[in-house]
Amino acid sequence: MPTLIRWRDGAASTDADPFARVDDDVPLPEGDVIVSLARFQREGDLLLSQQRRVGVVVEAGEAVESLAYDLPQISVVALAFPKFRDGRSYSAAMVLRTRLAYAGEVRAVGDVLLEQAPFMIRCGFDAFEPADGTTSDQWTRAGHRFRHVYQRAADALTPAFAERGAQ
Amino acid sequence: MLVGGGLGRTPYLGPTIRRSLPARHLLSYLQAILRVYNRHGRRDNLWKARIKVLVASLGAEEFARQVEEEWDRTDKAAIDLPDTELARIRAAFAPLGFQTLPRVSTVFEAARSEDRGLARFVRNNVVAHKIQGYAIVKIALKAPGETPGDCSAEQMDIVADLAERYSLDEVRVAYEQNLILPHVRLDEIPGVYQTLLAAGLATPNINLISDIIACPGLDYCALANARAIPIAQDIARMFADPELAEDIGELKIKISGCINACGHHHVGHIGILGVDKKGEEFYQLSLGGSGEDDAALGQILGPALPADRVTAAVDNLVAVYLRERHGAERFVDTFRRTGLNPFKEAVYADAH
Repeated sequence: MPTLIRWRDGAASTDADPFARVDDDVPLPEGDVIVSLARFQREGDLLLSQQRRVGVVVEAGEAVESLAYDLPQISVVALAFPKFRDGRSYSAAMVLRTRLAYAGEVRAVGDVLLEQAPFMIRCGFDAFEPADGTTSDQWTRAGHRFRHVYQRAADALTPAFAERGAQ
Repeated sequence: MLVGGGLGRTPYLGPTIRRSLPARHLLSYLQAILRVYNRHGRRDNLWKARIKVLVASLGAEEFARQVEEEWDRTDKAAIDLPDTELARIRAAFAPLGFQTLPRVSTVFEAARSEDRGLARFVRNNVVAHKIQGYAIVKIALKAPGETPGDCSAEQMDIVADLAERYSLDEVRVAYEQNLILPHVRLDEIPGVYQTLLAAGLATPNINLISDIIACPGLDYCALANARAIPIAQDIARMFADPELAEDIGELKIKISGCINACGHHHVGHIGILGVDKKGEEFYQLSLGGSGEDDAALGQILGPALPADRVTAAVDNLVAVYLRERHGAERFVDTFRRTGLNPFKEAVYADAH
């Protein structure tokens, strides 16, 4: 099972992943599960009616907006990075946080690399399955690599212009 | 807002997707453009993973529609800069300390009527400034036979001195591989010219045939298929006579040593692209491009030529222009009127 790193209150920590990632052709186990968008669209109503938490993996080419209606009941939206240079899931995370006001866990899965930590955090990711074996200490440091930012994003950082104005 | 232009292996002129946009919405609109591209651009082929490819495949109108739709859904207030920040940025570009000067400088007028060299330099390298009594002085790093865009440390020190003393501390680097002193008082131009002349920096050929843009090419670059610098040097030497160059007038030659188009050959009046044919350097010529307000992509003249035929081909192209031109028409205007044929015939005459 890959390491799960969580980002909370400006620090990363390693956590056990309570969710089981279930492939489309596998019967559903007990407990919390993460399923594909296709499976969620087929079996979502049933899953959400059961006593368990439900997560959905949205692949890079899929529209995260299609989850809009069910979002309040979804515990995890896992956004996939098929390659580190495929950045579609950054947009998906921004849409989830800033447009759909999603407050649950947004998890980065796939080719997730430490170098991308600051950008992912800015776009609203708060959980990561790193593909490069990096540790939570490294993620904490990476998340604070730049003290100032120019723009508002999905995190709580204040842009430089607003900091200047406050001085 | 123009989106989807670019050179490289698939050149496109950027279409206008929005006629005007209030400055305060620039960031949110740019974000909308990039989000549409990020979400819908191609990922299957590295060469096609470009915003220009997406715009071309959707069409500018559909791309614009998607951007507007995305922008409508954007929380603009969260993204756009507040007016106070725009004002702070504008203050960094406040007008410099210009003096109130007469429109005409008698010192300058007297010097240029006495010195033909200065007069030529002024005709070609000096451009009017929006502030009365000032001018823009362009320093061509294009002495015929030298490497385009090169200057020595000593020359650069001299330019820095001139900038400090005569150009309100400012010197700019132009994409044409030249330098610009943007704020020179007319009174000071004769002196600045003399200093440049003594330093070998007064080549009076801005926008003329020997003011060639060339990428580093195979001499320096690991990507290149062919050399660019020696081709530029050969052409500039052939047209080193300033009388001849001025008679030919504005003619922008741009040379790239490979398809990545760092030399912007697609938008040269004459574009020259180095290609590799079985280990030998060949050069493909294109005509009629422009990277200015009359932007256009050049049309390929014909089969690529070996290195030793390029300069002669340029000479042929110029001869056709001088023969065909009407009045004050520039090379590129003549080409646009006559089309490719007369030029093609002249260059490939001996191939028939």
